[in-house]
Amino acid sequence: MSLLIRGGRVIDPANNVDGVQDLLVENGKIARLGRNLAAPADVEVVDAAGKIVCPGFIDMHVHLREPGQEYKETVATGTRAAAAGGFTAVCCMANTNPVNDNGAVTDYIRAKARVEGAVRVYPIGAVTRGLRGEELAELAELAESGCVAFSDDGRCVMNSGLYRRAMEYTLPFGAPLISHAEDASLSRGASMNEGVVSTETGLPGQPAAAEDVMVARDVLLAELTGAHVHIAHVSTAGAVRLIRDAKARGVQVTAEVTPHHLVLTEDAVRTWDPNTKMAPPLRTKRDVEALLEALADGTIDCIATDHAPHALSEKEGEFDRAAFGIVGLETAVAVLLDRLVRPGLLPLATLIARWSRDPARLLNLPGGNLAPGAPADVTILDPDAETVVDPSRFRSRSRNTPFGGWTLRGAPWMTLVGGNVVRP
Amino acid sequence: MGWTRKDLLSMRELDAGEITLLVDTAASLQEIASRDIKKVPALRGKTVVNLFYESSTRTRTSFEIAGKWLSADVINFSASGSSTSKGESFIDTAKNIAAMSPDVVVVRHSSAGAADLLARELPCSIVNAGDGAHEHPTQALLDLLTIREKKGHLDGLHVAIVGDIAHSRVARSDIHGMRKLGMTVTVAGPPTLIPPFVQELGAKVSYRLEDAIGDVDVIMMLRLQQERMTAGLIPSLREYARYWGLTLDKLAKHARPDVLIMHPGPVNRGIELAPEVADGPYSVILDQVSRGVAVRMGVLLLLAGRKGGGAA
Repeated sequence: MSLLIRGGRVIDPANNVDGVQDLLVENGKIARLGRNLAAPADVEVVDAAGKIVCPGFIDMHVHLREPGQEYKETVATGTRAAAAGGFTAVCCMANTNPVNDNGAVTDYIRAKARVEGAVRVYPIGAVTRGLRGEELAELAELAESGCVAFSDDGRCVMNSGLYRRAMEYTLPFGAPLISHAEDASLSRGASMNEGVVSTETGLPGQPAAAEDVMVARDVLLAELTGAHVHIAHVSTAGAVRLIRDAKARGVQVTAEVTPHHLVLTEDAVRTWDPNTKMAPPLRTKRDVEALLEALADGTIDCIATDHAPHALSEKEGEFDRAAFGIVGLETAVAVLLDRLVRPGLLPLATLIARWSRDPARLLNLPGGNLAPGAPADVTILDPDAETVVDPSRFRSRSRNTPFGGWTLRGAPWMTLVGGNVVRP
Repeated sequence: MGWTRKDLLSMRELDAGEITLLVDTAASLQEIASRDIKKVPALRGKTVVNLFYESSTRTRTSFEIAGKWLSADVINFSASGSSTSKGESFIDTAKNIAAMSPDVVVVRHSSAGAADLLARELPCSIVNAGDGAHEHPTQALLDLLTIREKKGHLDGLHVAIVGDIAHSRVARSDIHGMRKLGMTVTVAGPPTLIPPFVQELGAKVSYRLEDAIGDVDVIMMLRLQQERMTAGLIPSLREYARYWGLTLDKLAKHARPDVLIMHPGPVNRGIELAPEVADGPYSVILDQVSRGVAVRMGVLLLLAGRKGGGAA
C-alpha cells in the first residue's frame, strides 16, 4: 500500500530539507520526496497543506512499566500514548518488575511490543543485576536480545569502580550507558531542589551538586574507558558546563533534557502539587536558561520525556510521600511547540532534529530522517492547532501531569509507523 | 477590617493587618483565663476537630482548651489507634471527618504542605498546627502576643532565633510574622542547621551565639532534635551545648539586661537551654504557653465566626 503526503512543509534536518514538498511512502519505506509528485494508482492521499512533515519522533527515555506495574502503564497503553503524542518510537527503561536485567525480560517486552505496540519499542537493559548497583547484569545477552542501551535509570550506580567496568565491558556492543546522575548521599530524603523555595516550604531539598558531582564522575570515567556515556534528564547549569567542557575535549558524552525541565522551575512546587515532584527536581530559572542554550547549541543532543506513569493514589497526597515523576508522551511536543518554538526561543528545525535525527544517531536506530529507503516513520505537526491539556483523555493509563489545563498552540497531527497511520 | 479567609495556613500568606487583627483578638480574649467560670458561648453548636498526625502535648491541649472555653464541641483525633493504622490515607481520613460536618479542622502533620492539601480538599476551615518544617502560624502569633505584652510594642524590636533553623516550622512562621510587623530577625546556629537563602525570607544570619544575642530584645531558643547528630549535621550534643547552649554566664556577658528568653517547647534542658535560664527571670516560656490558649481562641473565633463561616 502507498501513501502520498501532499503539500506539507517537509523539515528533514538530517538531509537539510526544509520546504513545501510531497512525500511518497511505499511498502513501509520513504519512496520519494519532491514537488508536485504524481499520485500513483491506488495511492491514498493525505492533504498536509499547512502542516509540518518531519521524521518520526523518537523518545529515548520512557517507562512503560510492563512487566510488573501494569496498573501504571502497559506496552499497549504507553505506545498508544506515544503515537498520540507524535512519537514513532520509544526506548523503555529497565526498572520494571522483574528488572530488565536478562534476555528473557527483553524478549518479553519485545514480544509484547510486536503484538500490542502502536509504535516501535527499543528496550534498554539494566547495568546492574536488579538495579542494586552491586554486580553487572548480563550485558552481552541484553545487547544480543535487542537492548539499545544500558541504564539503571531511577537509581544512580554509586559504585564508581563497578560503573567503570560496565563501561569497559559494553565497549564492543556499540550501545551507550545512560546515567541517572544523582549522588544518593547528597539527595537522600529530598523532595525538591534545594534553594529558596525549599527553605520557604520546609520541604527537604537536594542541591544541584547532587547531579553535578555524578556528571563529573561519569565524564571522567568515559574519558578513562573511551565509552559512550549519555547523561539522562540533565537539569542543572553545572551539568551543562561539565558536558560542554567534556565534548570540547573529545569525550564521548551525550545528553538529553526533558520538556518539564525546559519550561518549569522550582517555583511550581509552591502549589504543593505532587505532579511537580520528579527526579531530578525542577530547578531554577538560571538552570532553565542554561538548558535551553545547551539544547540550541547542541551541547544537549536530544529531548526525551522521562515519561513516568504513576497511579493517582501515588500522586495525590502529601508532597514528600508522593512518587517521583510525571507522564510526558502526550504533552511533550505540544508544550515545546507552544512554549519554546512559538515565542522564538528555539528554532522549529532544531526542535525536530533533537526529537528525531539526534536520538537516532546517538542510539544507532533506524529512522530519524526522510531519505528514500528509510523506514516510513513520520510525524506530522499542525502548528496552528489549539488544544487544552485534558488528562482525562490521555491514552496513557496514568494522568500525573503538571500541564493539565494548559492551552497550547501547535500539536502533533498524524503519526506514521512503517508507512501506516497510527490511530491511537 | 474583618477576617475573610477560610483557613489559617501560614504567616507568609497574611498581611500585617491580618496578623494584627489575630493578635488583638487574642489579647481581648485573655481575661477569660482568669475568670472563675471559663466559658463563653461564642462557638456554641460549632464543632472543632483536632487532627493530629504527630505527637503534641502543648499545641493539641491548647487548641482543645481554647475550643472548650468558647463552648465548641472539640473532638480529638490522633493517628495511632485510628484507621490510619489500618492503612487509610491521610486525605481519605480527612475527607471522612469532613463528611461529619465539622466547622474547623486543626491539623498537625509531619509533611510540609499537609494543611494546604486539606484546605484545598475540604470545605471546612483548616488551621495549620504545624506541617513538617513549613509553618506553625499559631506559635508565631502567640510569640508576637507575648513579646507585645512584655515589651509594649513590636515595631523596631530585634529578635534572635537560635538553633536548628533548617528543620524548624516555628522559625519560618516567626520570620514571616515578625518581618511583616517591622521587627528585625537574626537567625543563628551552626551553618549545617541554617537553610540556604534564608536571607531571602528577610532574616539576617549569624554563626556565633555570642554575636547573635548581643543586641537583641528577644532570644528565641529552638529545640535541637537528637536525630540531627546521626544525620551528620552536628558532631555531638556535648559540642552543641557548649557552643550553642544558652547559659546564665553567656547571658550576663553578652545579652542586654532586659532581654526576653523564649522557647516554643519542649525544652531540652541542659542542651539548648540551661535550667537556670529556662526557669530564670528572663524566661517567658510559660507566658508563651498561657497566651497560646488565647491565640487559639482568637483563631477559632475568627474562622468559625466569619460570615457564612464553617461548613455550609
